[in-house]
Amino acid sequence: MSRIQNTLAALAQQGRQALIPYITAGDPRPGITVELMHALVDGGADVIELGVPFSDPMADGPVIQRANERALAHKTSLRHVVAMVAEFRKTNAATPVVLMGYANPVERWGYQDFAATAHAAGVDGLLVVDMPPEEAEPLANVLKANKIDPIFLMAPTTPVSRLQAIDRLASGYGYYVSLKGVTGASHLDLSNVAEKLAVIKQHLSIPVGVGFGIRDADTARSVAQIADAVVIGSRLVQEVEAGEDGLAERLTAFLKGVRAAMDTARA
Amino acid sequence: MNDFLRYDQPDLQGHFGQFGGIYVAETLMPALDELRIEYEKAKADPAFMAEYHHELKHYVGRPSPIYHAQRWSELLGGAQIYLKREDLNHTGAHKVNNTIGQALLARRMGKKRVIAETGAGQHGVATATVAARYGLECVVYMGAEDVKRQSPNVFRMKLLGATVVPVESGSKTLKDAMNEAMRDWVTNVDSTYYIIGTCAGPHPYPKLVRDFQCVIGEEAKLQMPEMIGRQPDYVVACVGGGSNAIGIFHPYVPVEGVRLIGVEAGGDGVETGRHAAPLTANVGTGVLHGNRMYLMQDEDGQVADTHSVSAGLDYPGVGPEHCYLKDIHRAEYVAVTDSEAIAAFHDLSRFEGIIPALESSHALAHAAKLAKTLPKDQVILVNLSGRGDKDIPTMARLAGIEL
Repeated sequence: MSRIQNTLAALAQQGRQALIPYITAGDPRPGITVELMHALVDGGADVIELGVPFSDPMADGPVIQRANERALAHKTSLRHVVAMVAEFRKTNAATPVVLMGYANPVERWGYQDFAATAHAAGVDGLLVVDMPPEEAEPLANVLKANKIDPIFLMAPTTPVSRLQAIDRLASGYGYYVSLKGVTGASHLDLSNVAEKLAVIKQHLSIPVGVGFGIRDADTARSVAQIADAVVIGSRLVQEVEAGEDGLAERLTAFLKGVRAAMDTARA
Repeated sequence: MNDFLRYDQPDLQGHFGQFGGIYVAETLMPALDELRIEYEKAKADPAFMAEYHHELKHYVGRPSPIYHAQRWSELLGGAQIYLKREDLNHTGAHKVNNTIGQALLARRMGKKRVIAETGAGQHGVATATVAARYGLECVVYMGAEDVKRQSPNVFRMKLLGATVVPVESGSKTLKDAMNEAMRDWVTNVDSTYYIIGTCAGPHPYPKLVRDFQCVIGEEAKLQMPEMIGRQPDYVVACVGGGSNAIGIFHPYVPVEGVRLIGVEAGGDGVETGRHAAPLTANVGTGVLHGNRMYLMQDEDGQVADTHSVSAGLDYPGVGPEHCYLKDIHRAEYVAVTDSEAIAAFHDLSRFEGIIPALESSHALAHAAKLAKTLPKDQVILVNLSGRGDKDIPTMARLAGIEL
């Protein structure tokens, strides 16, 4: 079993849901990213999603677009991001790390060399936003051969036939995008999400996380009642954008509040 | 034996060899499936195609004529240059061939709102035009940099009732406008049809845009024999994303003895790195805006900034079918610099009384160079993809003139 599978299975046994925070690597500068990853763990992160900066983040809203721009101003590359994970692993062997980004940096590096290097660095999963199952089979096979879980998105528009195609390639967990839109939008509709998750769970053999539009502890608690994992991104990136003063502490404190709310969900 | 007689691209998943495909976020996949299925039905529906051709004839003014640029050819002293006059279309460029087709598709699919990206503004104008014609709400995304350098087209779009959204992210040009249009589409996918203007993007767009633009080459294939008794020796067209070029090239792909030359934007010169000529510069392949193509990028896979005096060619990638035609050696690709294109702009204006778009001026510049090296009985057909009215402020600025 992979580190992601172990982590999610252990949580499921306790009747708890995974808290998965997202930050963009290299934002606001590369030197601080590993420290922030540890701060996320201190706040109760079960898995970390680490954004790989890209020049053309088509699926992201303004908040994460600006994070990408700040990281790219420091030339943060996919190789740097992998090196950050290796640095993080020196003091944390337990928390799974998933890289999330766009296809072209992986294309440029080359699937095999990337996957081998990333696995050696301690990367556990890869989510390529703009690579649907139709195009992802070659990459997914290379990732699996290198013990990296390929993570796939599902959307409100995804029909059952596509869920089956996703289930065939995906491992680790599936990521349900709660709304039609870009990251950072704020109109998540809980009853719609619950309805769709029920369908997804019939067709997906792995845990399902929900992301997009989760901005506070209350929403996280509600989502935790219906999903296996809660992903929070833009809200955390806004903390980063607010400046470096007390940033690690602020991230930890925010996540602790979310964690506490999620853990009361099962009571 | 002609290897290209059975040319049949793309495959069912939208691949032109290793290029093309569908690289988008999951949310858009069902919409692209729906578009693919609906387009195939429409193409097979005689009523739909009849309406498309009726609109091309009565609204656009097709067929566009072919004109022998006799005086300019004589001055150059070599091959004869003929111009396929897409500049005479309603809205002043080839773009409308495609926007009519896609607007009819949007209407057929029950979409009430259309969006588009635009560089020079020609596709934005063509989209705003058909949106007015068919009563559709229209939003056009345009890089803030391009809004500045193409102000007449911005105003035209507004006159036509469209909302123009300046895009401030990234390099503030065409690629950023396309990013923003994708973001709009993913948010409003139920109500909105995305009219992509070039032969790039996720499948089925490269095929669909090509099919709607092929009217250019299909007409030329009939017109040239009427005019000169045979097909041309060369067909030359400018290539940014590549829609006007694919429209005139594609029907000629199986025709033996016709050389196809795509002309990219060389900017300050390909050797300077400040250009928009991915095919000429031999850059690697990459994935952007939903498809795999030759893509200008740095060693980390970040998309490179491009440069061209012509906003419509200022794009780091190129449609997947051009990538494929290059790889199979059916088409050749070259670049001309900003200053060569500007010289051709002046030459055609002065010697033929036709003010060409700066985009098309790239094709003209290469045709002029090529003509000088050829005997007088050789024939070069240039796709004059658009007229240059929109470039008058740019040309005035370059000349230091305040209008």
